[in-house]
Amino acid sequence: MTKVTMTVNGKAVSGEVKGNTLLTEFLREDLRLTGTHVGCDTSQCGACVVHVNGEAVKSCTMFAAEADGAEVKTVEGMANADGSLSVIQQAFQEYHGLQCGFCTPGMVMSAAALLKDNPKPSEAEVRDYLEGNICRCTGYHNIVRAIMAASGQDVPAVAAE
Amino acid sequence: MPKDHGIGASPKRREDVRFLTGAGNYTDDINVHGQAYVHFLRSDLAHGKINNVDTSAAEGMPGVVRIFTGADFEGVGGLPCGWQVTDKHGEVMKEPAHPVLAQGKVRHVGDPVAAVVADSLEQARTAAEAIVLDIEELPAVVDMGKALQSDSTKVHDDLSDNLCYDWQFGTDTETTDAAFKGAAHVTTLELVNNRLVANPMEPRVAVGDYSRANDEHTLYTTSQNPHVIRLLMGAFVLGIPEHKLRVVAPDVGGGFGTKIFHYAEEAFCTFAAKACNRPVKWTSTRSEAFMSDAHGRDHVTKIELALDKDNNFLAVRTDTMANMGAYLSTFSSSVPTWLHGTLMAGNYKTPAVQVNVKAVFTNTVPVDAYRGAGRPEATFQLERVIDMAARELGVDPIALRRQNFITQFPYATPVAVEYDTGDYEATMAKMEELMDLGGFAARRKASEANGKLRGLGINCFIEACGIAPSNLVGQLGARAGLYDAATVRVNATGSISVMVGAHSHGQGHETVFPQVVAEMLGIDEGMIDIVHGDTSKIPFGMGTYGSRSLAVCGSAMVRATEKIINKAKKIAGHLLEASDSDIELKDGQFTVAGTDKSVAWGDVTLAAYVPHNYPLEDIEPGLEETAFYDPANFTYPAGAYACEVEVDPDTGKVTIEKFVSADDFGNVVNPMIVEGQVHGGIAQGIGQALLENCAYDENGQLLSASYMDYAMPRADDIPHMASYVVDHSCQTPCTHNPLGVKGCGEAGAIGSPPTVVNAVIDALHSGGHTHVNHIDMPVSPSRVWAAINGQ
Amino acid sequence: MYSFDIQRPTSVADAVAALATDEALPLGGGQTLIPTLKQRLSAPSVLVSLSGISEIKGVCTGDDGALCIGGGTTHATVANEASAYPGLAALAGNIGDPAVRNRGTIGGSLANNDPSACYPAAALGSGATIVTNTRSIAADDYFQGMFETALNEGEIITEVRFPVPEKSAYMKFEQPASRFALVGVFVAKYADGVRVAVTGASEEGVFRWTEAEAALSSNFSADAVPAAPSGDGMISDLHGSSAYRAHLVAVMTKRAVAAAS
Repeated sequence: MTKVTMTVNGKAVSGEVKGNTLLTEFLREDLRLTGTHVGCDTSQCGACVVHVNGEAVKSCTMFAAEADGAEVKTVEGMANADGSLSVIQQAFQEYHGLQCGFCTPGMVMSAAALLKDNPKPSEAEVRDYLEGNICRCTGYHNIVRAIMAASGQDVPAVAAE
Repeated sequence: MPKDHGIGASPKRREDVRFLTGAGNYTDDINVHGQAYVHFLRSDLAHGKINNVDTSAAEGMPGVVRIFTGADFEGVGGLPCGWQVTDKHGEVMKEPAHPVLAQGKVRHVGDPVAAVVADSLEQARTAAEAIVLDIEELPAVVDMGKALQSDSTKVHDDLSDNLCYDWQFGTDTETTDAAFKGAAHVTTLELVNNRLVANPMEPRVAVGDYSRANDEHTLYTTSQNPHVIRLLMGAFVLGIPEHKLRVVAPDVGGGFGTKIFHYAEEAFCTFAAKACNRPVKWTSTRSEAFMSDAHGRDHVTKIELALDKDNNFLAVRTDTMANMGAYLSTFSSSVPTWLHGTLMAGNYKTPAVQVNVKAVFTNTVPVDAYRGAGRPEATFQLERVIDMAARELGVDPIALRRQNFITQFPYATPVAVEYDTGDYEATMAKMEELMDLGGFAARRKASEANGKLRGLGINCFIEACGIAPSNLVGQLGARAGLYDAATVRVNATGSISVMVGAHSHGQGHETVFPQVVAEMLGIDEGMIDIVHGDTSKIPFGMGTYGSRSLAVCGSAMVRATEKIINKAKKIAGHLLEASDSDIELKDGQFTVAGTDKSVAWGDVTLAAYVPHNYPLEDIEPGLEETAFYDPANFTYPAGAYACEVEVDPDTGKVTIEKFVSADDFGNVVNPMIVEGQVHGGIAQGIGQALLENCAYDENGQLLSASYMDYAMPRADDIPHMASYVVDHSCQTPCTHNPLGVKGCGEAGAIGSPPTVVNAVIDALHSGGHTHVNHIDMPVSPSRVWAAINGQ
Repeated sequence: MYSFDIQRPTSVADAVAALATDEALPLGGGQTLIPTLKQRLSAPSVLVSLSGISEIKGVCTGDDGALCIGGGTTHATVANEASAYPGLAALAGNIGDPAVRNRGTIGGSLANNDPSACYPAAALGSGATIVTNTRSIAADDYFQGMFETALNEGEIITEVRFPVPEKSAYMKFEQPASRFALVGVFVAKYADGVRVAVTGASEEGVFRWTEAEAALSSNFSADAVPAAPSGDGMISDLHGSSAYRAHLVAVMTKRAVAAAS
């Protein structure tokens, strides 16, 4: 067992992990932050995306020990300080960018990472950026619209087609 | 001005907040104190005789609680099939045993041979590696044509052959043959409807728990229909009466059909929790899901269309082999028959329609309903053969469809169903308008200037939803009723809990159902909550599939709310000292008609629970009503779809440049959610058409066993928003349910595959590749290239 | 996964020492190794994570003008910082997806030598030098077939040196599911000739298409690209036959030449 210490959603946490404990497992099992999901075992679906030191990573493809000392942010840490939904979260709700909700945490984390580096992405850039996030419900259309809207770009209102 | 609440409005979904903040409660988020973990040792052979399963070395390994094999389940029932099909000779289908853990033989890669329960999952896996399997490999039966040959190896030794049933339906052979004989033109097409894996993003999970205190079992599971699981598992597999078995399906991360069925892992965890006296948890990996979730589609079909000299359709005849896989999954037998054959008339007044289906056992994962279930198979073959006929005859594919449309309703088809209403011309015209067909020639020219071939594909579809009238499906072999149920519990303060048999796993019931009740009562939606997914809380309803939730369960909810209104009017009449027949309910106020005397909703609900001034001699206190609703008919959503594709002739890659759907779903309660459902269905249809392919090699090894080889549609596979419209403005309300709704969950997946393939063939013809009349799905780059190059 | 310990050395020397343990394995970004471990296809006793070694991270220009990339540099960093070699930066920016690019490293990719990976095409197509803790290996000697390289056990890629060409481009035709290269072609035009490296296509892993190199060295234009090579020895699978892959080699080469800048 190895002791790890990291900051998760602004709070210092520590725990004992095995060498093979994935960051996802540490978040879900040890910290009970179950918003981060596991949808595949080949690093493709992106339901597990979190931010480590500000960068989007697949937490199912990183060991907890490798995040020792890191700043980690999960979907549980994405709301505003007063608990209200952040701009990105609001846009997902406004534009119906989620259905079953399982891929949603990864989508929100990827969207936040994209907009940090590219505050006004084109539609093609959004679609390209989401290559590592699979959604089976929405057909992506409303996810893309939500991210464009969250970046402050004009998007037609939902259900107005 | 769009409405901002009630029926027809698009309020923000209330369930979103928990999903967006990581507060959802999915089955894998549930951990029961003291739980152990199970790992299933699955067959890596497609077919083999089990000589011995030696668990002795594994038994004593660290953490092992108990190891189970097929022998432990000999006194237990097998997994049942919910639908008995009778074949064309009047014989019932062959129904082989489907044990929880394999007994005697393994019959597909992934068939569970043993299950190790241990303190941790890794310990269970390690112990499973120490189990010594003596399995004698047998030749695998993979190809359906070969499986039906008399010398084929049998998947089930106790059956006479690999034919589950040989079914015929619709117009009799003599009439059908005569129609073909008299035809001016016959178009014949052989095609494959590709095998798919539903792939909800949440893999399946089951947690079994058992209480010795009261002999009660609880199963937490990723299900679309917890009561169906309780019924099947309790009655047919484990012999647990309903009152001792609770099934909970909490937040479920998508279903698409594959979470309808009762699976071995659910029965195992329930059984093992008692046997081990410990809760037992199973979480599927995605790799495991590929070999244990029921697959979808997998039909091989020959379809013939007969036309007269004026291009009127005379007859359709189809001959299909439908893959059942190694065992009959819960609804597998009904998919190629009653969910497929009954739709073979499509939107057309073809006088003769005959459907022939042979269901075949093979050494592959069981095949069952996947989004659309039978109806995509029907639509694909019919709309492809019509397109091909139009090309052969040199007529406009839109005009050919139009001239053959059914225009009078109700319309009884030659395949046993009666369409209650529809307007196929309206959706076709809407599609034409939105698609800007006049601009196609210019767009094609622009594509050609870039070295690409552009094609236009159009398609119509009809489906039967709102599953299903119980008396009808009972005659057809269903072993359960297919009604649904709702309980409306009005609390003393006027807030309402609605317990429903439908289950929401993405469809937004928690938002939509309150819109209906709020509209009926004239109160705020925020006062109403939906309860679903727990058999200990909800009435006996059949769950969510077949685009049925609002049409069937929503109708039950309407009926229960009507009962509430009737009773509340009696209470209000008493309070207002008026006859209840004079009481009107509007905007949450009960008023004596023609007067200004009124009481508020909350006054009435309080009186119901604090019956101090109350007509106790006439009515009971309380305000809670249940209704069961059994639909009089299916509902028949229909529409017209179109798309434009570009084909890169150098690589064979197809991209979708423009897509329009014009659907008729009848009345729409929440347009935002309807559009979202269509977007999702279309993405899955595009996936089937261009990307997804569940493939086996000749030895029954699964070639597409992970996302490394099974191509899921991604954001960049879907057309951009400026060239993508989903429309549902054409509305012919369903005539037989109280909301006039038809169902929208599957339309996109049904309507889009032929649209895309029709467009690809059109593109190739425009480039002079006129020898290419069909390409089987998925129309992958390599298949397009091979078709162009005659390979 | 089987049980193993994980170590996080902060220097190459410590990593090399840690890798001397029996059944120790180096862990780069883990984007391929971790899925392999999940399938229990590998059973190390110790994983030696290289992600804490700052001396093998970063992009710089060497005295000879070569672009030098530390073995522990992520794809995202190369995409952002290798502007001196635009063809290489573009290649790195299109490996996997953004989250994978934030973890995956050039050293990890080259050490694994997946037959469908992108970086082997860039390294071979540039005539790069793979520098390890013990030696320098020319790319032409380094790649030795599918998942096979010249690396010895415990040897760590510390740096990759890319001679910067006049023009270059990488064209990848993606396998629809994995989005790895079904066929990827890297073309680089140097003063002394053109190199063309192909990934995804061959059962032997990345290779140089010498016929195309010869033709393009005398006439660097898409029209000069020869007819498709033979499909013999090309991969044939669910996603495409060997003939299709061979055909794509020529198509992608033409497109790379046309796009080269």
